[in-house]
Amino acid sequence: MGNGTNIGRVRALGSAHSGTKHWLAMRFTSVALLVLGFWLLFALIGLPDLAFKTVKTWAAQPLSATGLALLVIASFWHSQMGLQELIEDYVHEHANKYACLTLLNLAAVAGTAFGLFAIVRIALGAAA
Amino acid sequence: MQVRQAAACTALRFDYGDGRNGGTRRSKTDKGNARMAGASNRPISPHLQIWKWGPAMLVSILHRVSGDGLSIVGMAVLVWWLGALAGGDATYLNFTRHAGEWYGQIVLIGLTWAFFNHTASGIRHLVLDIGAGYELKNNAVWSVLTPLIALALTGATWAYVLLR
Repeated sequence: MGNGTNIGRVRALGSAHSGTKHWLAMRFTSVALLVLGFWLLFALIGLPDLAFKTVKTWAAQPLSATGLALLVIASFWHSQMGLQELIEDYVHEHANKYACLTLLNLAAVAGTAFGLFAIVRIALGAAA
Repeated sequence: MQVRQAAACTALRFDYGDGRNGGTRRSKTDKGNARMAGASNRPISPHLQIWKWGPAMLVSILHRVSGDGLSIVGMAVLVWWLGALAGGDATYLNFTRHAGEWYGQIVLIGLTWAFFNHTASGIRHLVLDIGAGYELKNNAVWSVLTPLIALALTGATWAYVLLR
């Protein structure tokens, strides 16, 4: 080695102690999405048509709404972790990286909230 | 002579045995380290343009491309679809009208490919995670098969959707 002082090497460069959790969460969500992704694909393909009434009636059923909610949560979680890896790999400048990761987390939380709200509204039906 | 000796001391050269050469380039972190410790011209790990292409590289790159495509475009379309469905007849009609146009079809077919590709190479990753499939030949075969399976499933899905 002989490159830099110990404190310099460790500061912002050492282990964050959260890599294993990230890795495991990536795998758990990937298995969930494997199931939920094919479920949504087959469900939509299996509908007689994709008109508003047909799709809404299907999506409003308790099982469909639950599946869609789980899909929204798992896919935004998985996407957030995947895009975090992309940013960490390609955005090296510290301030830019911090800004990108902040925006990513806000977008992921906002997307999840909107998706879940939409599903609740579809299932419990305020509007026609 | 003195200068050349100094260069040989600080700069490791990557030799791939086939005439190509990793050379010595410096990254930002490298410059940072150099500033900190006075070291200079440290070697960095070889990057894309000096690797010999192989199927495992291709499937890895496609995994990232399709995954990030799904994360950005796919999640936007999912949220739009759910929002349109929650909004009522008119907003849903607006969504399906865009989805039915040529650009909408390109996006949807692209997302279908991204889903199947990311799923196929994702399953490959899960298999690799348990320690299987690292034998050179085995690994290369599945690296080639993975994107081909994804293309076949994309074609089959859209053939079913458009022809039924």
